[in-house]
Amino acid sequence: MKKTMSAVIARRDRRVAGPGRSSWILFAALAMVLALAPMVLNQFNIGLLAKFLCYSMVAIGLGLLWGRGGVLSLGQGVFFGLGGYIMAMHMQLADASANGGSGVPEFMSLYGNGHVPGWWLPFRSGVVTLIAIPVVPMLVAWALGAAVFKRRVKGAYFSILSQALVAAFALLLIGAQTSTGGSNGLSDFTGFFGYVLNDPVNQRSLYYLVLIVVLVMLLATGLLMYSRFGEVLLAVRDTEERVRFLGYDPASIKTAAFVYAALLASIGGALFVPVAGIISPSDIGVTPSIIFLLGVALGGRSTFLGPVLGSLIVSIAQNSLSSAFPSFWSYLEGALFIVVIALLPGGVATLVPSIRRWRRRVSGAPGARGGSRASQTDAVPEASAGELVSR
Amino acid sequence: MHDHTSSRRRTLLPFMTAVAALGLVVSGCGSQVSTASGGSASASVKSCVDTSGSKIKIGFINSLSGTMAISEKTVRDSLDMAADEINKSGGVLGKQLDVQAADGASDPNTFAQKADQLIRQNCVAAVFGGWTSASRKAMKPVFEKDNSLLYYPVQYEGMESSPNIYYTGAAPNQQIVPALDWMKSKGFKKLFLVGSDYVFPRTANKIIQAYAKANGMTVVDEQYVPLGGTDFTTIVNKLKDSGADAVFNTLNGDSNVAFFRQFASMGFNSTTMPTISVSIAEQEIPGVGLDNLKGQYTAWDYYQTLDTEQNKKFVSDFKARYGQDRVTSDPMEAAYVSLYLWKAAVEKANSFDVDKVKANSDGISFDAPEGKVTVDGENHHVYKTPRIGQVNSAGLIDTIWQTPSPLKPDPYLKDYDWAKGLS
Repeated sequence: MKKTMSAVIARRDRRVAGPGRSSWILFAALAMVLALAPMVLNQFNIGLLAKFLCYSMVAIGLGLLWGRGGVLSLGQGVFFGLGGYIMAMHMQLADASANGGSGVPEFMSLYGNGHVPGWWLPFRSGVVTLIAIPVVPMLVAWALGAAVFKRRVKGAYFSILSQALVAAFALLLIGAQTSTGGSNGLSDFTGFFGYVLNDPVNQRSLYYLVLIVVLVMLLATGLLMYSRFGEVLLAVRDTEERVRFLGYDPASIKTAAFVYAALLASIGGALFVPVAGIISPSDIGVTPSIIFLLGVALGGRSTFLGPVLGSLIVSIAQNSLSSAFPSFWSYLEGALFIVVIALLPGGVATLVPSIRRWRRRVSGAPGARGGSRASQTDAVPEASAGELVSR
Repeated sequence: MHDHTSSRRRTLLPFMTAVAALGLVVSGCGSQVSTASGGSASASVKSCVDTSGSKIKIGFINSLSGTMAISEKTVRDSLDMAADEINKSGGVLGKQLDVQAADGASDPNTFAQKADQLIRQNCVAAVFGGWTSASRKAMKPVFEKDNSLLYYPVQYEGMESSPNIYYTGAAPNQQIVPALDWMKSKGFKKLFLVGSDYVFPRTANKIIQAYAKANGMTVVDEQYVPLGGTDFTTIVNKLKDSGADAVFNTLNGDSNVAFFRQFASMGFNSTTMPTISVSIAEQEIPGVGLDNLKGQYTAWDYYQTLDTEQNKKFVSDFKARYGQDRVTSDPMEAAYVSLYLWKAAVEKANSFDVDKVKANSDGISFDAPEGKVTVDGENHHVYKTPRIGQVNSAGLIDTIWQTPSPLKPDPYLKDYDWAKGLS
């Protein structure tokens, strides 16, 4: 108890501190590698990498929400899907009216009555679409967060609620086949805001657009983590009651983090559509929402770069291993999740500091806990496996 | 500490700008929708297929993991068998087939990605596979933009015809419409529709509604469960009160088990409530339970029990290769046939070039286990013989009705007046 309190105070004193030097070097290296990747990769792999980067946007938001805020959302697919479907609706309508088309997406005349439903119409406008992509998911997240966190629903209850939400959202999309394409989803896009998608030059531009968005998100999230807001968020995670006593409203703080994570997920979903060329309910259901978490947990959920690295590793591994060992991959994925949660709750990013700590403890040196700067600022001491579940 | 961090932040800003600038310089400006003409996209794609060696690469894409794996693995088995047969008999244009295998993981997005990978990374000459409509719809734009070939082996809801896909399963006029014709001839007037909630059942039921309206039949109810749903209490109760003569079943996979169990527990059987299923083949019968299905009806173009020379060989080869307990089904046969149809088209074209293969596909035929199938060059479907079957006590399906000759495929049901408003 005493230790946590002093830890909170100690962190407040260091609130202007950002991620450590090693993290910035790693960030610069990551940015450089990703920026130069198109020089060595072929066109197909550039597209694949862009797709993985879109997933990692969800992971960055989850890092703040789960790692720093302790809010385990199993339903980020909802926001990924909102952004994705909004973008997809716009692209479908734009394609349908391009080159003197009827303005009605093909699937609507196949499965529906051949009329564009009223709620689709605003998305004919590119401006409305670009506004809706951040605004709609943020409003949804805000309404949900306000309703749930104010009632002090937390821990496993919130997780279950978010999972139920994403399952319901996927079912809703499947059921409304005439206006959402059902289980087929929306696909077959030719243009993206006036640019031909199937053009190598445009595809590379799209990759750089995605990359810049990811880097901006990383910077923003990194700064947010070490801002006053980030400190309070961390305090809410560790001792919510105490924060309330100090005069803060934990519900608003958690809602803000939830809204931020929703924003990132939505942008990820919106960029995913032109990159992957399809969005369907199976991209946003329960399983994808859990896989988003796997990357975050693997990389280190409370660290600066852990979520994005973990997410990229999981995507790349999934792509290469699932071809070689189709059914084996699902087991490996599950096993990986268990191992990380049980043995390395801080993720791979905390592997080095934890080994260092362990070695110091073994050698019996004093001050074994949190000796180095890196282990303190980059990896905020993590919850045990038990705590993780109870939260 | 404060100064330290902010100075680091300052050095980072030019770095970020450099990354952004690099991106802009490298990427430049691509073509815009208004400046590109429709056909240029596919014409500009350069195929990377290597035809110089003694081998030619082809791709198989099926779900080997996820919910569809149980069905799609059987298709992969028969594709593998067809590839081996072709290789043993000298290959295609003297080249051995080099199969590149991919797992679609029961996920449309994965299907699209892996198909793209097969075409652009592995440089395959043609791809075989896919099962669900969602997987096909996801792959369609990929094959069109890369100008490659997909052979899709499963009966489906129709209303589609892509220049880059050959559909070797039944079009709706080769499965759904014949099933309805048969039901009409049996005097069934009131139909109860039950299906999984996705594209195939919903489109099939739209076709059934239009048919019923024009043929003096009524649809008393139309019910859906989510894919994989197992709660049929309400639906079977509704069926009991509906006064229906027969059920048209478009349920998929596991839902059939729950449906027929509930169905039997309410005292229904094949005499009191005949049910015609379009997604239950030999492969699915043991899973659903033979006791629940015995005497019920199915609509397909192929059954394991067909009495043709080609089928006897196909079945015995398949059993010899994979085990005596294995069965063969319509999609497996259609997949097997698809590889031979591609081979025949390539040999006629004397080239692996996609455009040449397409140009030479019209009228290509093959003596398949189901009888002679012929490719329709116009809509890329095949002439097939619709058959109504009845589940026998051995868990196989006997043909009880079939059309005298193979039917011309009509994916948009253009030749039917009642179907005018559908496509």
